[in-house]
Amino acid sequence: MSSSSLNRLSKAATSLLSVNIGTLILLAIWWIAAALELIDRVLLPTPAETFVSLWNALISGDILQDFGLTLYRSLYAFMIALVIGVPIGIILGSSEKIYQSFEFLIDFFRSTPATAMFPLFLIVFGIGDFAKVAVAAFAGALIIFFNTAYGVMNARKTRIMAAKVMGVPRWRVFRDVIFFESLPQTFIGLRTSISLTLVVIIVAEMFVGSTNGMGQRIIDAQQVFDMPQMYASIIATGVMGYGLNQIFLITENKFVHWKGR
Amino acid sequence: MKKPQEASISITGLAKRFEKSPLYQNFSLEIPGGQITCIFGPNGCGKSTLLNMIAGLIPLDSGQVRFGGRALKDIKIGYVFQNYRDALFPWLRAIDNIKYPLSSTGVSSRQCRLRAEELIHQFDVGFDLNRYPYELSGGQQQLVSIMRSLATKPKILFLDEPFSALDYESTLSIRDKLQDVFISTGVTIVMVSHDLEEAVYLADNIVLLTKRPTQIAEVITFNAGRPRTPNILSDPEFVRLKAYSLDVFRREANRS
Ligand SMILES: Nc1ncnc2c1ncn2[C@@H]1O[C@H](COP(=O)(O)OP(=O)(O)OP(=O)(O)O)[C@@H](O)[C@H]1O
Ligand SMILES: [Mg+2]
Repeated sequence: MSSSSLNRLSKAATSLLSVNIGTLILLAIWWIAAALELIDRVLLPTPAETFVSLWNALISGDILQDFGLTLYRSLYAFMIALVIGVPIGIILGSSEKIYQSFEFLIDFFRSTPATAMFPLFLIVFGIGDFAKVAVAAFAGALIIFFNTAYGVMNARKTRIMAAKVMGVPRWRVFRDVIFFESLPQTFIGLRTSISLTLVVIIVAEMFVGSTNGMGQRIIDAQQVFDMPQMYASIIATGVMGYGLNQIFLITENKFVHWKGR
Repeated sequence: MKKPQEASISITGLAKRFEKSPLYQNFSLEIPGGQITCIFGPNGCGKSTLLNMIAGLIPLDSGQVRFGGRALKDIKIGYVFQNYRDALFPWLRAIDNIKYPLSSTGVSSRQCRLRAEELIHQFDVGFDLNRYPYELSGGQQQLVSIMRSLATKPKILFLDEPFSALDYESTLSIRDKLQDVFISTGVTIVMVSHDLEEAVYLADNIVLLTKRPTQIAEVITFNAGRPRTPNILSDPEFVRLKAYSLDVFRREANRS
């Protein structure tokens, strides 16, 4: 290895380290607290115990199944939210009159916790899987819809005027200008929405008669006081949320490359 | 080559008010075709509003705007906004911004390309048009805006303070390119300017506006030949007209 590439490697390592210094500090505190038994051993296992538990669950493959199911449900809910939220957002956002006539309804539902709707959705869709997906989709769609509408309403007037003065047909102004103008805000909605659908799915798996999924897994571990397993499952869920968010950020930066410039 | 009859603008009996007070009342103005007309006036007197009303971007309360006897929909116009950052489409490459007025109205991609090449040649563009607007300097962006506004070969070109956000060097160079385009195409140019020297330098006619309710203070004609070069800045007639315009402006500004 040449000295310059070695140099680059050490630079990359240094920057990785500096970005994750907070993580290391947290791990260290956890380690010390557990080792000194500052907190009851039963409540706080050591990081080593936790990661061994995570490793074993991975090897046996049973966590992967729960992980996959939760991911599937969240993405399923998100897809429904996307297909419903974006078109409605565009339609409502494009007319101030229509938006105003729905404004109270929108604000009301936005302020209502989606989880309060569980019982209703259970009655409508039965206790199967789809009721959970439906509640999560409902919550996600509201966020997407609201952000999309907001993006459309706040499209830069000058660009719309520029297209108008060229004699561009109205529907093309919409497709070529207003749609793109709304994209940055729409993407914020999408990102918030995927996080929210994951939250709702986890809660639903915990409390709404589920036999699998990460939510169920966390609750199960808690019931039998298998704390290392509970922490392991929480971390795995966190990885899922973080991963989804990162994927959306990357997609966003690619699609909305002009954002903030 | 020139058909001034076609591209002249007649504004008659125009009125416009915003909530509190009237901006224009019974306002009439003739803008000759095939010439450069600069509009100059105090802040907030309604220069942008006037341009927007002529270009059909905002409605008039009453009055009429005709283009050589024709209506707006029967004539091609181009419009350059003051703030190029808000006017170009950042999701399109510079070259596609230039082609957009054509491509969006169903012109074949071959025709679009040919017209773009023509413009690139005409403006002697020396930077990469495959970049996105936000990757270009202010001057380059405004040049792209101007090229875009000319893509459809408009009969009238409106510019609202096109240089006010640019540095001095870009201003000089784009101003001269604009004059070259005018000489070679004879397009009617209507430009709002906040710089009297620039207005007199470029214009055949300078329309001086009063404070609101806005009226025409005076229309000044400057007949010097083209291309005009910086030498003209010391031409006695230029100096006289500039000083005179400033006098008229001062007189109007001090009237209460
Ligand atoms: N949509 C609007 N609603 C209310 N008032 C408006 C509106 N648009 C413009 N005005 C008012 O009309 C007047 C003229 O505005 P306009 O932008 O046309 O002036 P201007 O001469 O272009 O000014 P500037 O020199 O700042 O560019 C201003 O006093 C402005 O506040
Ligand atoms: Mg203005």
